[in-house]
Amino acid sequence: MSTLTEPEQAPAPPEPTPTKQPKQYRSIEHRRQWWGWLFVAPFTLVFILFLIVPLVVAFWMSLHTNTLASGNAFTGLDNYVKAFTDPLFLDGLKRVAAFVVVMIPAQMLVAISAALVLDNLTTWLSRFSRLMIFIPYAIPVVIGAIMWGFLYSPRFGPATDIFGLFGATPPDFLAQGTVFYSLVNIVTWQWSGYFMIIIYAALRGIDSSIYEAARVDGANGWQVALRIKLPMISSSMVMVVIFSLIGTLQFFTEPQVLRGVAQGAIPVSYTPNMYAYTLAFSYSQFNYAAAISFALGIVVFIGSYLFLFLTRKQSGLK
Amino acid sequence: MKRSHLAAAGAFALAASTLTACSSGGSSSNETCTNEILQPDATQVSVWAWYPAFDQVVDLFNQTHDDVQICWTNAGQGNDEYTKFSTAIESGSGAPDVIMLESEVLSSFSIRNALVDLTEYGADDVKGDYTDGAWKDVSSGDAVYAIPVDGGPMGMLYRKDILDQYGIAVPTTWDEFAAAAQTLKDAGAAGVLADFPTNGRAYIQALLAQVGNTPFDYDNANPTQIGIHVNDDASKDVLAYWQNLAADGLVAVDDAFTADYNTKLVDGSYAIYLAAAWGPGYLSGLSDADTDAVWQAAPLPQWDPDNPVQVNWGGSTFAVTSQAKDPAAAAEVAKEVFGTEDAWKIGIEQGALFPLWKPILESDYFTNLEYPFFGGQQINKDVFLDAAAGYEGFTFSPFQNYAYDQMTEQVYAMTQGQKDASQALDDLQSSLVQYATEQGFTVTE
Repeated sequence: MSTLTEPEQAPAPPEPTPTKQPKQYRSIEHRRQWWGWLFVAPFTLVFILFLIVPLVVAFWMSLHTNTLASGNAFTGLDNYVKAFTDPLFLDGLKRVAAFVVVMIPAQMLVAISAALVLDNLTTWLSRFSRLMIFIPYAIPVVIGAIMWGFLYSPRFGPATDIFGLFGATPPDFLAQGTVFYSLVNIVTWQWSGYFMIIIYAALRGIDSSIYEAARVDGANGWQVALRIKLPMISSSMVMVVIFSLIGTLQFFTEPQVLRGVAQGAIPVSYTPNMYAYTLAFSYSQFNYAAAISFALGIVVFIGSYLFLFLTRKQSGLK
Repeated sequence: MKRSHLAAAGAFALAASTLTACSSGGSSSNETCTNEILQPDATQVSVWAWYPAFDQVVDLFNQTHDDVQICWTNAGQGNDEYTKFSTAIESGSGAPDVIMLESEVLSSFSIRNALVDLTEYGADDVKGDYTDGAWKDVSSGDAVYAIPVDGGPMGMLYRKDILDQYGIAVPTTWDEFAAAAQTLKDAGAAGVLADFPTNGRAYIQALLAQVGNTPFDYDNANPTQIGIHVNDDASKDVLAYWQNLAADGLVAVDDAFTADYNTKLVDGSYAIYLAAAWGPGYLSGLSDADTDAVWQAAPLPQWDPDNPVQVNWGGSTFAVTSQAKDPAAAAEVAKEVFGTEDAWKIGIEQGALFPLWKPILESDYFTNLEYPFFGGQQINKDVFLDAAAGYEGFTFSPFQNYAYDQMTEQVYAMTQGQKDASQALDDLQSSLVQYATEQGFTVTE
């Protein structure tokens, strides 16, 4: 699987040395560029048809209001004003912000520790463990959430038996106060392996002569890990956090699936994405749902931009 | 009806399939039929329905009709199907000609002009074949938006073995019901008397309707006007009754239609299952049942035994969509597909449906039908026929999904001890009024 992420760490191809090109050569270059366009044309077509056009249509929809009783009307930015003053939307945003604060550090901690350990192992065990840690990511999100739903169940899950050994009753994993952490657990389980692979691949890309130099200088394992390995892969870590940030702000599948067993603890507006989904498909408010989706998109954009700006040094963007 | 079959598949599966619903939505309904078309030259009517054993009913219809043929697709159960239908309405194409809808969502679709008024297509010809309550469920003012198929008159299914074990008489009133719950707990029974699911939706609505709660006044002739009154005193008393039972641990508050709930229904965790007429079919379809369980059916407990009130939980219909290519042929299908005794025998025996079609409802065959699941008890004669006859119909709002979601939130907050029953219903009232106002309705409280 690591081949997938290889391009991320591949060193930049050497810049072609600028030389004066003969005219004939330039025209070949020119023709090549046209061929290039031909190659990307199928993708461009699909991209425009299935991403750009729906986005434009959805934005146009979000500028209208279609109520059940009084029909459709152009209302400009009213839906956006409503969205950013809608307590359900704002509560959802606060909730995903809380997920960002709790879930991303948890995922990073697991992924980095696993990657550092695997990087030091050179036995067959390393390849096996890598696969095992990665497996949760290979399980479809919906299936994973359903599986955890069963694990959390007081009747089918193992918690009752385990706590029973000590004569205790397990906590209700699907109660109002605990469901947050139950969701954090599912997502961390699901994504840490994937992030681990990215970080691991980055670690593999470090020239081993650097370690030798460090050892000669008398650095121990901890110092190599903290002062050499982690700083050298900071750009990969920034990318992982960005993935995680965008995914968490758009949190949808896991709470939507768990809602099937805990409707009271997970209201329909639990995350902004769930709110938009419910508005559109359950309450037929397609226009307001479009506005909520764009409002969420704006928040995600600002959030990712801010993060990239703040980490521009680590990520090598600057 | 949705609940019975939907839950059998597991609430998880529902959640999983709603997530994939977007990708499969919008497919044209006409090209693929699950069934075989016997008369290729006849008019084809596409139908979405999820009734169990419906394939046999479709085949029967196609064998007996030369002019019209049904092309059937199972587009998912309950909300799965509604999501697809809703998307088809929004996009202007992709809906079937005839669609199975629960009566509670008819107003939600008719207000979006998604359904054809069947009075133009001979709905009144078959009106006499249905009870008044069933007909009221599908009508709004003078308009008729669907043909009733099956109903969910409520009764009480109980574990005779458990009640006998603890010396509890079958409760006939809610006071006796509460006393029985207390007896069971005092005796240290492993389970509780019953479940009060906070996501009960139509189930909770039915319990409130028993004391005369009429949450909505809505008439399609005047579609921008709606009356909302969910917080009457009688309803508050009923909800407080359940709140007390739950707070004392006398009833469970498990979410309904989850895997946990299904297991508890059949393993003796609940001694009583307050159920609609489709409940027996649902129960017998669940696995892991106690082998020594003895189920019996009895009428729903009453508040005032001298003036019993019958209520309904669920019930589904066939409606003709506004995208139907040939509304007359579609209306013929809606009226006739479950309009024969043979079709109904399949529905009753294979699909565990409760008919609303009078010729079979009032027949000796149905009255005297013995149910092996209940040890041969004639549950229709004993319980459900009375319940069906006493049902007077109900009016749902044009935003019923929203109303149900809000009710779930309020009732959950109540069972969590965050507010009392009175506050929960007051909050429900104000949220519904606000929503209706935002949706452009003139609201009368």
